[in-house]
Amino acid sequence: MQRFRPFDHLILLLGAAFLVTPVVMAFMSSTHAATEIHMNGLFLSPGGEGMATYEKVLTQKGGFTGTVTGARMVMNSTILGLGFALGKVVVSMLAAYGLVYFRFRFATPIFWMIFTTLLLPLEVRIMPSYQVMSQLHALNTYWGLIIPLLASATGTFYFRQFFKSVPDELLEAARIDGAGPVRFFLGVLVPLSRPMMAAIFIIMFVYGWNQYLWPMLMTTDERFFTLMRGIKTILQVWIGSQIPDYNEAFALAVLAMLPPLGVVLAFQRLFIKGLTESDK
Amino acid sequence: MAEILLEHVGKTYPGGTQAVSDVSLSVADGEFIVLVGPSGCGKSTLLRMVAGLEDISAGTVTIGGRVVNRLEPAERDIAMVFQNYALYPHMTVRENMSWGLKNRRIPKDEIAARVEEAARMLELHPYLDRKPRALSGGQRQRVAMGRAIVRQPAAFLFDEPLSNLDAKLRVTMRGEILKLQKRLGTTALYVTHDQLEAMTLADRLVVLNGGQIEQVGRPLEVYHRPASTFVAAFIGAPAMNLLDARIEAGHLRLAGVDLGRVEGEARAVTLGIRAEDLQLLQSGGLPFRIDVIEELGAGRVVHGFVEDQPLCVSLPSGAELPAQLHLGVAPEALHLFDAITGKRLPQSVHRSAKVRA
Repeated sequence: MQRFRPFDHLILLLGAAFLVTPVVMAFMSSTHAATEIHMNGLFLSPGGEGMATYEKVLTQKGGFTGTVTGARMVMNSTILGLGFALGKVVVSMLAAYGLVYFRFRFATPIFWMIFTTLLLPLEVRIMPSYQVMSQLHALNTYWGLIIPLLASATGTFYFRQFFKSVPDELLEAARIDGAGPVRFFLGVLVPLSRPMMAAIFIIMFVYGWNQYLWPMLMTTDERFFTLMRGIKTILQVWIGSQIPDYNEAFALAVLAMLPPLGVVLAFQRLFIKGLTESDK
Repeated sequence: MAEILLEHVGKTYPGGTQAVSDVSLSVADGEFIVLVGPSGCGKSTLLRMVAGLEDISAGTVTIGGRVVNRLEPAERDIAMVFQNYALYPHMTVRENMSWGLKNRRIPKDEIAARVEEAARMLELHPYLDRKPRALSGGQRQRVAMGRAIVRQPAAFLFDEPLSNLDAKLRVTMRGEILKLQKRLGTTALYVTHDQLEAMTLADRLVVLNGGQIEQVGRPLEVYHRPASTFVAAFIGAPAMNLLDARIEAGHLRLAGVDLGRVEGEARAVTLGIRAEDLQLLQSGGLPFRIDVIEELGAGRVVHGFVEDQPLCVSLPSGAELPAQLHLGVAPEALHLFDAITGKRLPQSVHRSAKVRA
């Protein structure tokens, strides 16, 4: 066993404090009244307004039309996050399966074409994507929000590398065992990829959950607003007096953090396995 | 159960590499055939062509009277055991064995019965619900065999199945494979680079070299009458000694010593002598200078030189050896090969009327 090293612990404690303090501060501040925050700045101690604030955030109808509540925004974000994550896992697995296991002309150039799109952020193609979806009358729909972002170079790349590391003999054994392409995929590759799928799922869920620019472009109907937009609109729209509702913004931010946290906690063992393990 | 027929089978890879050329072989029903050769001799390629995992570039492969050249592996009625076992890591032993049957839509209770039977034969019962990860190498190999057995195929194909096991386990598994194959009476094609494995398992050996058949025959036949220097050096341990000798005036001469009478005109030949055919003489014979002695316990292998040609001799353990030995060999135990082509020469050596050796 290693000796206890106070200095190492000090560094870890400092690092943890550095990362956690802002989160704690946001949570504590969300339990105070907006005016208090306005006068005294942020808080590190709990206040008395917590329950009321969260209830208000979740149920109060806001926006211009008065139809969007916090709960609705949580639901929209969840649909977006899950749709993204599931869709990306499925699409990139199928793409990688095709690239690795089927011999077709230009497979390698096609892969590199996909791979180079890794270098391009979404913002580069955001206007063309918007136009396509707009012509398909997909603005203000869930599928319009999700589908254009489903193709994932990162996911395809990860799965391709993973499939390449699967021994060829497994495919050969499966062929002799009478498994066609579909059965080999579903019966052997998918179960083997479970840790990998979990890793990609988490990354993509958080990515989808945190989308801001794309939903803002694609949705004008407030019923499709996501949490990320809600936080922003609170500060702009929900101004009752002259003081912005800081506490509500903080409450929403805290709420926005919980689902990704839940997903990470639920999948963390598989996640680590997926990123580190190569034992097959 | 079926015979396998290879007719002028060849494999050329894109790019022109010829891995196998013009191999013809007929395997009888229930026969255990071992394909043996050094790495890169095309033995695995040949097996994989029979399995359907490689395209056949030339010739035809017939299994059980059916030309299978264009059939998928699953349709060829064969089962294969791989070197690295290729078990499905996410399935239990039971699932590993039954998956292939399930894919063939065999009824559930039939599958259960076959798995049960195979598990009994291979003593796999305690492990049926474990994953391969939790098994030792030998047990994994058994599961791979089980997966082949439950299929009840026309032929078993083995691709170096014992290479990943330690030496002791290899001997045990070798015995088990042989027993199992005899009991089931299923035709088997077995690829190995280990000549000992080949000798002990085979009904008939096929020695491959550079993608071509060098010799086909029963193990002892191949051992006693190797068709070429390649086979001579490959089969048997320690490898047969190959020395440059000459036929002069009806006598075979090595290092100036007359080893016996032989027909034919004067020429250079390659002389093959097995290490165990050499004996110690009190005097005369071949002068032998010792270099290294390998003690094996039951015996010893002595490496040294006759003039400047290396030679090894198997001798019983025991007494200290002097640096210079005198070796004798019975003329019948000598093998003659063409010095250039390496092919076996038809002549045999006879004892000289007046023994000078």
